[in-house]
Amino acid sequence: MTIWPEAQAEHLDTEGFSTVDMTINVGPQHPATHGVFRMVLTVDGELVTSCVPYIGYLHRGLEKLSEANDYRQAMGFWDRTDYLAGLLCEQAYCMAVEKLANIEVPERAEYIRVMLAELSRISSHFMFLGAFGADVGSFGTSFVYAFRERERIYDLFEEVSGDRMFPTYLRPGGVAMDLPENFEKRCREVVGNIYQGLEDLDGLLTGNEIFVERCRRLAPMTTERAINWGVTGPVLRSTGLAWDVRKAEPYSIYPQVKFDIPTGVEGDIFDRFFVRLSEAYQSAKIIEQCLDQIPDGPVLNPGLPKNLRIDNAEAYARIEGSKGEYGVYAMARGGNKAYRMKLRSPSFCNLSALSEMIVGHYVADAVLILGSLDIVLGEVDK
Amino acid sequence: MDGSNLLPFGEAFFGIAWLDAIIRILAVISLVMLVVIYLTYGERKVVARFQQRIGPNRVGPGGLLQGFADTVKLMLKEDLRPANADRWVFALAPFLTFTPVLVVLCALPFARDWGVRNLTLGLFFVNAVMGLNIVGIMMAGLGSGNKYALLGGVRAAAQMISYEIPLVISLISVAMVTQTLDLNAITLLQEDRPFIVLQPLAFLIFFLAMLSELHRAPFDIPVAESEIVGGYFVEYSGMRWSMFQLTEYASMFAFSIFGSVVFLGGWEFPFGGAWGWGWQLALTGIKSLGWIIAIMWVRTTVPRLRVDQLMAFCWKVLLPMSLVQFLMNGFVLVYDWPQELLTVTSGIGAAALIAFVLRRAAHRPKAGSLVGTYKQVRAPAQ
Repeated sequence: MTIWPEAQAEHLDTEGFSTVDMTINVGPQHPATHGVFRMVLTVDGELVTSCVPYIGYLHRGLEKLSEANDYRQAMGFWDRTDYLAGLLCEQAYCMAVEKLANIEVPERAEYIRVMLAELSRISSHFMFLGAFGADVGSFGTSFVYAFRERERIYDLFEEVSGDRMFPTYLRPGGVAMDLPENFEKRCREVVGNIYQGLEDLDGLLTGNEIFVERCRRLAPMTTERAINWGVTGPVLRSTGLAWDVRKAEPYSIYPQVKFDIPTGVEGDIFDRFFVRLSEAYQSAKIIEQCLDQIPDGPVLNPGLPKNLRIDNAEAYARIEGSKGEYGVYAMARGGNKAYRMKLRSPSFCNLSALSEMIVGHYVADAVLILGSLDIVLGEVDK
Repeated sequence: MDGSNLLPFGEAFFGIAWLDAIIRILAVISLVMLVVIYLTYGERKVVARFQQRIGPNRVGPGGLLQGFADTVKLMLKEDLRPANADRWVFALAPFLTFTPVLVVLCALPFARDWGVRNLTLGLFFVNAVMGLNIVGIMMAGLGSGNKYALLGGVRAAAQMISYEIPLVISLISVAMVTQTLDLNAITLLQEDRPFIVLQPLAFLIFFLAMLSELHRAPFDIPVAESEIVGGYFVEYSGMRWSMFQLTEYASMFAFSIFGSVVFLGGWEFPFGGAWGWGWQLALTGIKSLGWIIAIMWVRTTVPRLRVDQLMAFCWKVLLPMSLVQFLMNGFVLVYDWPQELLTVTSGIGAAALIAFVLRRAAHRPKAGSLVGTYKQVRAPAQ
């Protein structure tokens, strides 16, 4: 029952016994792949000797769809890329279109965008923390802890925009409507719960001897390797390089809020976990500052036409997505549709480093390494 | 072996030995079925409490009939056999896994006069037979024609071989003190104090090795859900699959009674002899319930070990510690030193074992001031 006979190699040990490498097909239906990702592992006993990833199961033609729909319609596709942090993707898309058409965004709208984007980032990191705990094998407890907080964040999204996962709330030039009246009170409640949830997960996982033993010094990555692979986001920062688009190339109102960039030391899996945990704290702090500073005013640029038409222009907007640098390249050649839209998805680039990291580790660790990259297949397959 | 050893549980029913045996065995089998049905329900409820969920609450009052509904569902399910499975090996494996557990239950004393048969070599018998279900597990792993199942079966065998040794040595330590292997006699000796007082180290080792034998977290490597999606029973469905579940819960029940007989005073401590059989049965129930809840508690809290860490923990920690316990007992008993010395020496050993496990978890970064302290804490990692 060989699946790929050509992938098998024979080993002859000193006693003259021959063992055959076994090919294991992990995914696309497998609890550890976090979606429809497939990797074919060749294992020698418990050790992985080669790893071939296969992607494309969730390809929906995002870029082509964006060229076939007008600027406002196309936005609905974009929060389905990184579906765990939809508002971050909407923000990147809107920034690209605004750059194309030179649209001003009112300050209040920027604050709303940043608050909701940071909430999305927290929600995405919670997903990672919970799923990673499940990967290490804590029988869903971390998962449920994380989902408790995510539910609250989603409830807030629903109150603001009417939808939980895919709000489609941002517009080129601002946001669709103003915040509900009791938003500040509700948001502070949610942020308070986020601190509590992070502390719970921290106590459950970070302080656990088995968890630390599993993660420490596993698949470490140097800064040079990470840069060569094009790895960004928490995985890059875990190697010690404090590269965060929010600081390196500030956009929106990020210069007006104070936050730190958590970095790791060794670039191992524990560092990746810890950087994300710390980052969620920083995001919560950003939200609190935004709530203090948010001004009154319009939330949508009033001078915009209903049907946006853009002449020859080209723009690249990048933000710090929850998984790394999320870049949108847009090109207009007149008309109400983009001529070309291109997504630089962080998950895709991070995933390219997977094979190198997995080879030589145990099967159990392969699952952890994949989990530590925190990929979202909607973003990988576009 | 004379008749008195075989039939200590009062008069034989109807005065006929074989009829008596059949009646008692049927009673034990129906007890086990009932216990298993409610253990599955209980585990789901307990785990739900740990994870801030509600658990099953639809079938019957408070979900109490959930287990029966599940049983009916499983019986009605199609019994699938993969095309490349080894037919007879595949079909026989679930029953070979379950039978040893049932045999073990026939040798356990539930109260002074309650049980199937009391054996003079009960301690030895329980251990020897309990180990046999690995044959069924290996058969399931090899016969399924599935690579995940194969990995799971081989992992289970490796784990079983390793952890049987500290388990047996910790039980031998108790047997050194009792000078008998008769389970009823061991229980009677604990009238004043349970053996956990005399042998805390042996108790700890027994508990850890038992978790491994039961394939429970953190030693659930053979059935790792996030890695090999269930391990050896991945290809089973319907009744054959439920035989494996039955085995899991029945052996949990058997081990909890066995453990409480050997270490917690079984039906004797406290006041078991004085208050009659009702209290004795209640004692058995309470102790095994506490034991089972402890197992579930561990399961919901800790992640899973990797396979090499599992082996290292067994051979480098548990085995030496169990030998130390063995040696200390030998000295104390040979020189006829007072019994309190057993408590002291074993207590020191148990404290050392706990300290060893907790030692490296002491320097973890804590929540709150994550970014600032992170680097300092992380840097001197060994």
